Amino acid sequence: MATLPDLDPGTLPPETAALRARVRGFLADEPFTPRCDCWLTGADPAFSRRLGEQGWLGMTLPARYGGHGRSPLERFVVIEELLAAGAPVGAHWISDRQVGPSILANGTEEQRQEFLPAIARGECFFAIGMSEPDSGSDLASVRTRAERVPGGWRLHGTKVWTSGAHLAHAILVLARSASAGDDRHAGLSQFIVPLPAEGVTVRPILAMTGGHHFNEVVFDGAFVPDAMVLGQIGDGWRQVTAELAYERSGPERLLSTFLLIRLLAERADEAGARNAVGGLLARLWALRQASLGVAGALAQGRTPDLPAALVKDLGTRFEREVVETVRRHTAVEPDPGSADPLARALAEAVAQTPGFTLRGGTNEILRGIVARGLGVR
Amino acid sequence: MSELLEETAHQIMAAPDPWPALEDAGLTLVGVPEEAGGSGGTLEDAAVLLRAAGYHGAPVPLAETGWLAGRLLAAAGLPVPSGPLTVAHGPSGGPLRRVPWGRAARCVVLADGSVAILDPAQVTEGANLAGEPRDDLVFDAAEAVAPCPVTPAELRRWGALARAVQLTGAMRRALELAVAYAGEREQFGRPIGRFQAVQHLLAEMAGEVVVADVAVRAAVRTPDDPVAVASAKANASRAAGEVAAIAHQVHGAIGVTAEHPLHRTTLRLWSWREEYGDEHAWAAELGALDGDPWELLTGTR
Ligand SMILES: Cc1cc2nc3c(=O)[nH]c(=O)nc-3n(C[C@H](O)[C@H](O)[C@H](O)COP(=O)(O)OP(=O)(O)OC[C@H]3O[C@@H](n4cnc5c(N)ncnc54)[C@H](O)[C@@H]3O)c2cc1C
Repeated sequence: MATLPDLDPGTLPPETAALRARVRGFLADEPFTPRCDCWLTGADPAFSRRLGEQGWLGMTLPARYGGHGRSPLERFVVIEELLAAGAPVGAHWISDRQVGPSILANGTEEQRQEFLPAIARGECFFAIGMSEPDSGSDLASVRTRAERVPGGWRLHGTKVWTSGAHLAHAILVLARSASAGDDRHAGLSQFIVPLPAEGVTVRPILAMTGGHHFNEVVFDGAFVPDAMVLGQIGDGWRQVTAELAYERSGPERLLSTFLLIRLLAERADEAGARNAVGGLLARLWALRQASLGVAGALAQGRTPDLPAALVKDLGTRFEREVVETVRRHTAVEPDPGSADPLARALAEAVAQTPGFTLRGGTNEILRGIVARGLGVR
Repeated sequence: MSELLEETAHQIMAAPDPWPALEDAGLTLVGVPEEAGGSGGTLEDAAVLLRAAGYHGAPVPLAETGWLAGRLLAAAGLPVPSGPLTVAHGPSGGPLRRVPWGRAARCVVLADGSVAILDPAQVTEGANLAGEPRDDLVFDAAEAVAPCPVTPAELRRWGALARAVQLTGAMRRALELAVAYAGEREQFGRPIGRFQAVQHLLAEMAGEVVVADVAVRAAVRTPDDPVAVASAKANASRAAGEVAAIAHQVHGAIGVTAEHPLHRTTLRLWSWREEYGDEHAWAAELGALDGDPWELLTGTR
């Protein structure tokens, strides 16, 4: 079972302490209302631009593309501070987390120059068009089709659950550019489509409590020039799976409900509630070490897929455990309109909870990945 | 260095009675400064040995001799005697309960702010669930006495971290046994590991093992940080229960027999998760700390 390697703890370099203090100082002067699941539901483009001015977007991108040449661990410190504060980071989250690194790794020189500096300034937000009505966990079954035409491609098909497409300046679309043949992972490609665009319709899909976070995006023959194919035609599956390692193990998989811990701690005046806060802290401390460990491995140029899948499975279930623990120790009802921050945060958290263990690969799919790593699948 | 140490440790610990080989190799006092009579090396080195001992369920007072007694004596400026040692904390003169390996080791007692090496006048033998000695001791006179800079609370943290390290070794063993068994045992004409329900049990187990392990490794690097140690032991203890339950579920009835080796691991998981505080006790300690939860978590209080 050499296939389950030990995960080394990631050690934050000492210079990150000053960075952390700067982020806290910045946040103290920002007038937002903290919220649960802020990285999905808290979009504020002006806030994103201010982060860009601080140099806290595109941190790991090289300076020649407008980035800041920082390590993944430095980025870890910045984003965990933003998440713990419940800051409105949703607008830029996907472009900063995965599209930037993906364009850097896979894109052409022109694509890097066009998109990366804007991403780092907080002026270019991306959406990710992977899922479709008939393709969720089985992503390789996507039906959106890229049709070869002179000078480029035309896209036909429908994407769903596309977070932030209504705010995005561009969408990265996974589509079938050739029939599958024997290898169903072959013949997939990614296309960059700036928005709005002719032949692309973005319609809201409202969440159960009425929030507009994700969308249906319909491609009706939208033209994509060759220059907007991400990297090579046919390389889509490899690109998408490489992105997932970044997507799966970050602190956003642990901290979506952190605000509730803070609010519970503030009013935990009897032993049961204090013990419960302590239990949550112990668990979160350990999960954070694991998440840091994966960030450390990424910083060394490794792709720790298996630990990343584990962290996401345990971390997202912890996010729900927080909700249940708070319910057990307070008599507060979830109330979106309440003046009580705990009632409001609980309302945000309860209704977002189902998404925690679905988005970015369901927990069942993640366990399948782990089982394969263990050699039983 | 640490890979070589790990290999050596596994070779030695796999034997039925590893103690003589450990002494010969000078591995019973790793992590104890050489000036005090120890073997030197870091606490991380000591953890490599302890994890291997936990993995094999080795019947040796390794945590007690070096990690606890040796470091305690060194902190008090007393020379470390040779042979197996153990530690206890309690009122001077009074009987000491459930001292690990009390019958087999010289006892280093922390009482009223001083440390003494004692030989018991009376031993009442007892055991934990795994059959490891946990004896009640009564003492007469002390051999060497010195004031001690280590508080009882600190000693408890040392013990908790030691057991947490042992737990991570035992949990890894339980996972390996379960994965191997899932590949061998056939029902319905195929290995049970082909069933998705079993795969998901194993994946869940692997998650608990990896997270507890990385947390304990991190705490071993910062052993004086109360938040780190409390979190590490709380997670190791919590994970131990999950891991033991899944290991048995996957093994079916054979796993609960005296004949099958699984119990050597699971009985230790159930014992060690309690010793020096279980997950609830350490959660309570964390909950009692003042300060913003985020500052506690990030060590920026
Ligand atoms: C809040 C949120 C934001 C999202 N944002 C985006 C986005 O921006 N872009 C995007 O492309 N997508 C996005 N998604 C979609 C997300 O990636 C999918 O929900 C996810 O991949 C699962 O697909 P599905 O919802 O179709 O469920 P299905 O795949 O239909 O799964 C339904 C159930 O069946 C289980 N299941 C399926 N296959 C297996 C199997 N082989 N073994 C065991 N169980 C199985 C699943 O675990 C699940 O429990 C978002 C989803 C959410 C909830």
